[in-house]
Amino acid sequence: MIHFFKKKRFPKFWSTHIEKVQNSQKYANFEDIRFVALDTETTGFDYENDRILCIGAVAIKNNKILVSDAIEIYVKQDVFNKETVKIHGIRKDGNEVKFSEEEAIIKFIDYLDDAVIVAHHTAFDVNMINMALKRLKVGSLESKQLDTNYIHKKIAKTDTYKKIFSLEELCEIYNVKMHDRHTASGDALITAYLFLKQTAKYKKNNALNLFDLINTNYHLLK
Amino acid sequence: MKNTISERIFDFLKNYPPFNLISNATLMEVSQNVEIQYVEKDQIIFSQNDSPHEHFYIIYQGSVRLYRFVENEKLMLDICDEGDLFGLRPLIMKENYVMGASANEETILYGIPIALFHDIVLNYPKVSQFLIASFATNTREPFSEKHKGKLFANVSAIQKIENSFSEIQSANYNKNPITCSPETTVQTACIIMTKNIINSIIVTENDIPIGIITDKDIKTKIGTGLYKITHKVSEIMNSPVVTFHQNISVAEAQIKLLKHKVSHLCITKDGTNKTELVGILTQQDLILTQGNSPSLLIKEIKNAKDAETLKHIRTKASELTKGYLEQEIPIYFVTKVISEINTAITKKAIRLSVSEIGKEPPTKFSWLALGSQGRKEQLLMTDQDNALVFENVAPAEYNRVKNYFLQLAEKVTEKLHIVGFDYCPANIMASNPKWCISLEEWEQQFEEWITDPIPEKILLSIIFFDFELIYGDESLYNKMAESVFKTIEKNQIFLGFLGKVTLDNPPPLGFFKQFLVEDNGENKDSFDIKSRAIRPLVDAARILSLHHNLRVNNTISRYEKLMEVEPQNSDLFESCANAFKILLQFRTSQGLANNDSGKFVEINNLNKADRLKLKSCFKPIKNVQETIKLRFKTSQIPHI
Repeated sequence: MIHFFKKKRFPKFWSTHIEKVQNSQKYANFEDIRFVALDTETTGFDYENDRILCIGAVAIKNNKILVSDAIEIYVKQDVFNKETVKIHGIRKDGNEVKFSEEEAIIKFIDYLDDAVIVAHHTAFDVNMINMALKRLKVGSLESKQLDTNYIHKKIAKTDTYKKIFSLEELCEIYNVKMHDRHTASGDALITAYLFLKQTAKYKKNNALNLFDLINTNYHLLK
Repeated sequence: MKNTISERIFDFLKNYPPFNLISNATLMEVSQNVEIQYVEKDQIIFSQNDSPHEHFYIIYQGSVRLYRFVENEKLMLDICDEGDLFGLRPLIMKENYVMGASANEETILYGIPIALFHDIVLNYPKVSQFLIASFATNTREPFSEKHKGKLFANVSAIQKIENSFSEIQSANYNKNPITCSPETTVQTACIIMTKNIINSIIVTENDIPIGIITDKDIKTKIGTGLYKITHKVSEIMNSPVVTFHQNISVAEAQIKLLKHKVSHLCITKDGTNKTELVGILTQQDLILTQGNSPSLLIKEIKNAKDAETLKHIRTKASELTKGYLEQEIPIYFVTKVISEINTAITKKAIRLSVSEIGKEPPTKFSWLALGSQGRKEQLLMTDQDNALVFENVAPAEYNRVKNYFLQLAEKVTEKLHIVGFDYCPANIMASNPKWCISLEEWEQQFEEWITDPIPEKILLSIIFFDFELIYGDESLYNKMAESVFKTIEKNQIFLGFLGKVTLDNPPPLGFFKQFLVEDNGENKDSFDIKSRAIRPLVDAARILSLHHNLRVNNTISRYEKLMEVEPQNSDLFESCANAFKILLQFRTSQGLANNDSGKFVEINNLNKADRLKLKSCFKPIKNVQETIKLRFKTSQIPHI
């Protein structure tokens, strides 16, 4: 039993991640928080067997999308699913510069820093990333997380408890132009737009506060 | 690393000026550093007197209102929509925002960092030219008086391009040159030349020109018996040949021919005699190309025997205009050339008419051009507006003299009509007995207009104040001009009346999608560029010139003169002259494209750059109208 209590030695990127999130001073003031809108393209929907093909992400701070603070990482694949190529268009041997899963995840965690994650159906993307982290023998993402689906449910006046909104539906509701659908960066940008519009709406009744926003995640309790 | 997001921003920005003027690499760098911002309807982006942000904005989606508070009154200045830039000037001038901006509907903005843009302005003359066009036309904001003159250091470089003109017309050459091989005999070569009616043949080896034989060689080398017709062409040919590359201009061709003392140039793929022959340019081709040059047209006019020939020449002149505009030759130069041609045509029509009558004029007279021809601003075929003044004669002589000039004017206007200048619908022509009168009568007429200014008469008389001597006696013309200025000097209130009738038409604020944004909130989808933009500038220049006793008619020259006499307002007048040039160029190219007078502009058909260009001209119009309103106290002029 002794070894169970022994402090596990994590690789540096991971201890840095945990330290940054836990010690961040920014969460109290909404204008200071760095949000990262992200989306992943994967070989499929099976957490065990499918793999991440690409992570696209862009940062939001003080109600602005910072194009200079964006990342687009392609992952070399061992598992390959012909069916999903039709959707995301990423072939096994495409032209993009690709990284091994380990390199990609480390790059991403490094980029993520102490940011709050914003995604659409966040659970899926975060789980895919967590599975990759598991293969690196480290824990799950420590970052705080938001989901545009749940933020919408909080704002919408009608009872939408059971309804799950697709990204397309939200784009329709919030009047967001859709292009580059089904590319990680394209969907990340759309998510970022949604988030800007949602927080603007949300602000009308409430002073913006991260913890209120996080409380919208009643299905995503961490 | 691949960045899909900035690629999309790049795709958007490249459609809009000035981003369409910079290199892809630079634009990519800009795109990578954009900040995207969402603003809700009525949300304020910046307020008047705020210190400037680090970014200026381009609208990606939605629209933005620009407004300004003056003495607690909120004035709407403009509505910007997709692709419009705003908030840039305070950043360049390092001053606070002079106006406020708020979202007109929900809007997405791209913020562009100014730090990045400073270098672009310096490295891309076209970008600063664009910005100057949009700023320079409103340099005289009352609130930026301190920034006199130049916004950018390289402004003089840009102006230099505008004022110089060289023969940059491209030269036409024969793209199917006749050739023969070096083994051909002189006889065969001569047979080919005779059959094709050409005075030269190029000797080629694998399509590469190695020599040329001309008529002159046949004369000097065969005719003299030095060589026989059975010799090979390679023995008598001139080698090597003088070559040039395909994009040859008239000026370059002339220089090359003169320098090498040859009459033929071989045009080759890369301009050297090592690559394939693609054409031949002869001295003759050059003369034909220049057939459309202004000096040649003027010569042709002098030699013309009838109105039909003049008409033909005038058609050529309008092709010349088209060519000039396509080559973006400065409008000032183009109007000068076309006015010279129109003047020459009118002079010729008068000479032809005098000889048709068969009797010399009974006394001195001057033929006057009025309106746009009088101002030398005619580019397209427009109506003829003219008048005639003859020397004061004894009452007994009057009828005989007047009848002669009426007969003459009848003939001249008829000829001008054939050439393509329509009769004036208001019958303001020298053939009208009212406008074919003696000096004395003209002086009375002007005095009546000036001392008894009623609105209908003023509107009619305006075009007479731009009279210009076309043909005849200069002293008559000068006397007439002097008496007009003298009368105005004694009756300054006339300028107030003149001002009042010309201020009825304020320029619109700008464009919003396919609509004009009007001061009073009214929207329209077609725009009368002549009455709403060009005429107000012409009218303002005229009033101010009459006020200062400036004897120039041309609107641009008037503003230039005004800059000299009122240095304190030189920014205003410079912006007016710039706006006028832009508008005139715009109207002319529109008119040529649609084959009409270019008076109305379909806003739907305008691209973003054109809309921005037009919009930039509205501000100086407003400013100069304001000046006239104050200076001539037009608000105190009673309604009649």
